[in-house]
Amino acid sequence: MHKLDKKAANVPIEASTFDQDVDLKRYSDRLEEHSYIDDLAEINAADTEQMLKVGVDTREKDRIGTFIQKDSSVLHCKTKQDGVEVMGITHAIKKYDWLENYLWKGVDPDTDKYTRQAKLKPTEGYFIRVLPGVKTAYPIQSCLYIAKEDSAQNVHNIVIAEEGSELHIITGCATAPHVVSGLHVGVSEFYIKRGAKLTFTMIHNWGKEVAVRPRTVAYVEEDGVLVSNYISLKHVRTLQMYPTTYLNGKGAVARFNSVLVAPTGSRLDIGSRIVLNAPETRAEIISRAITTGGVIIARGSLAGKYPGVKAHLECKGLILSDGLIHAIPELEGHVAGVEMSHEAAVGKIAREEIEYLMARGLDEEAAISTIVRGFLNVDIEGLPPSLKKELDIAIAESEKDMF
Amino acid sequence: MLRIENLRVEVGGKEILKDVNLEIPPGETYVLFGPNGSGKTSLMMTIMGFSGYIVTGGKIIFKGQDITHMPIHERATLGIGVSFQRPPTIHGLKTRSMVELCSKNPETDVDKLAASLNLTEFLDRDVNENFSGGEIKRCELLQLMAQEPDLVLLDEPESGVDLVNISLVGESINRLLGRKLDPPKGECHRNFIEKRAKSALVITHTGYILDYITADKGQVLYDGVICCRRNAREILKWIHEYGYRECVQCTN
Repeated sequence: MHKLDKKAANVPIEASTFDQDVDLKRYSDRLEEHSYIDDLAEINAADTEQMLKVGVDTREKDRIGTFIQKDSSVLHCKTKQDGVEVMGITHAIKKYDWLENYLWKGVDPDTDKYTRQAKLKPTEGYFIRVLPGVKTAYPIQSCLYIAKEDSAQNVHNIVIAEEGSELHIITGCATAPHVVSGLHVGVSEFYIKRGAKLTFTMIHNWGKEVAVRPRTVAYVEEDGVLVSNYISLKHVRTLQMYPTTYLNGKGAVARFNSVLVAPTGSRLDIGSRIVLNAPETRAEIISRAITTGGVIIARGSLAGKYPGVKAHLECKGLILSDGLIHAIPELEGHVAGVEMSHEAAVGKIAREEIEYLMARGLDEEAAISTIVRGFLNVDIEGLPPSLKKELDIAIAESEKDMF
Repeated sequence: MLRIENLRVEVGGKEILKDVNLEIPPGETYVLFGPNGSGKTSLMMTIMGFSGYIVTGGKIIFKGQDITHMPIHERATLGIGVSFQRPPTIHGLKTRSMVELCSKNPETDVDKLAASLNLTEFLDRDVNENFSGGEIKRCELLQLMAQEPDLVLLDEPESGVDLVNISLVGESINRLLGRKLDPPKGECHRNFIEKRAKSALVITHTGYILDYITADKGQVLYDGVICCRRNAREILKWIHEYGYRECVQCTN
C-alpha cells in the first residue's frame, strides 16, 4: 500500500483547476469518535429524524441490514440475512487479504486532491458484499453522517455483488441539524459480477455550507445490472461528482437516474459516465434538474465502443427562478453500429400545462406545484413505499422554498 | 346557465370572434357547427378564460355572474368544465392522480369511472402521454366525470374515437349531462328529467356525435359570427347538402 500512498502524495493540494475549489485546510481532520451502539433506539431523536429523511430508518422496517457511520466511527453495523456482509472498511481490510484486489482498482488515488485526501487521511467507510446467488427482498441501508462542525469525513466504500446475486443499497448521507459546514469526500468502488444486480439509491441532505466530493467507479460484468438513483433536494454549497461505470461484460446494463434541486447558493456539478465496452451492453442516464436560484451542471457521457450497443441520455431542466442549468450531454461513438441518442431540454413550465390543470379547478400555485412534483417524479426502480413517501414529503417541503 | 353578449375576441392581434351572442338555458345541450378556423375552439377557450384569448368587447355571464375576466380555476370551481381537443401531456402525473385532483367528492370511485370508459390500464400512465386521439377524448371525459361540472364544453368529442368506443363516449356524455336513461332507483323518469340542470356546448365538425347524444339546439359559427339557430339535425343536413357557405347565406 505504501506505493499507493506515495502515488496519492504526488497530487498537489493547491487549488483544484476543475470546477469550484474546496480548500481542504479549512476542515479539521480530527473527527469525533463515538462508541458503538447495539440498539438503534439509543440514537438521539434529532439524528434519527435526519437519517430518516435520507432513507435510513432506525426502526429497520423492510431493511435487511444497517451500517451507520457517525463522523469517523462505525456507530452500528449488522445484517439480518445470511450471505450479506456489511462492516467498516478498516475491519474488512483486516479480515480479507483479497480485498487488496479491489481497493483503489477503480479509482486512482492520484486522480485529484480529494482522492489524495481519502487515501492519506482515511476516516472509515463501508464494505458491503453479497455472496454468490444470494438475492435479497429488502434493501440494506447505510448512513454516512457528519455531526461535527467544519470537519472532513473521507470515506472509502467497497461494494461487491458476487455472481448471480441481487442487492439494493440505500445510502443516506447527511449532516446533523446543527452542522452548517463540513467536507465529505467519498471514494466508492463497485464490483458487479456476472449476472448480479445492484440497485444503489443515494440520498443527500447536507448542511448549507457543506462541500461534497464523491469519486465513484463501477465495473459491471457479463449480464450484470447496475441501477443507480441519486437524489439531492436541499441546499448544499458545492457538490461535484462524476461516477464512471464500465460495462465490461456481454449484456451488462447500467441505468442512472438523478433528481436534483438547487436553491440559491447551491452548486451541483453532477454527471455520470458509462462506457459500453462489450457486446449487447445497454445504458441509460436520466436526470431531472430544477434550479430555484442555484447552479446545476448536469453532465452525462456515454461512450459506445462495441457495435450494436444501445445507450440513451435524457436531461431535463426547469428554471423556476434565475439560476443556471447547464446541460452537457455527450455521446462518443467509437465504432460503426452503435445506437446512441440524447435528449436535453431546459426551460420553464409551459403556460398551457398550468392552465390545463387550472381548468380542472386547481389554483395557479397548486397547478405549478403539481407539475413540478410530476417533473421530479422519475419512476425510481425498487424504491420501498416508505422511502417513496419520505421523498414525496421532501419534495413537497423543498417546494415551499421554491415559490 | 350561460349567456354571451356581443363578445369580441382577439388572438395574436387578430380578431377571431366578431360579435357572438349565445344563450344556453339550464339543462339544455347546444351543438356548435362551423368549418375549420371559424373560431369554435377560440369561443370555448374564451369561455374558460385561457390566456391568449383577449376579450375586446362584450361579456360572458355564467349562473348570473359576470365571469368575463375571472381566473380559469374560479370558473372551473363555479361549474364550467371543458374537454380539450389537444390537451398537453403532464409528465410524471399519473392519470389516476389527475382524476383525483379533478374530483370535488373524495369518495369518487376512480376505478369504476375508468372502467366505464375502458381506461383502467391508463390510470397508471402519465396524463396524455402517448395517448391516441380517441384515448385523449375518453381521458378528458373521465376527468369531467370526476369534476361534475354544470356546464360542459366539449371540443369535438368524437374526433379520433374508434367505432368500438364511440358509443361509450356518447353514453359517458349522456351520463355527464344527466341524460342517461337510467334514473336512480325509486325515482320516476319524469322527475329525473325535470331535475336535470346540466348544460352543454358541443363543438362538432362532422356531426357523428349526434347519433349518440341528444341535442336541443344547433348553431353555426362562421367567420367569427353565430349565424344560425335551429334544430341541430336540420342544420347538419343542410351542411351536408350545401356546405357552410350556402347554409350561412340561406339563414341570414
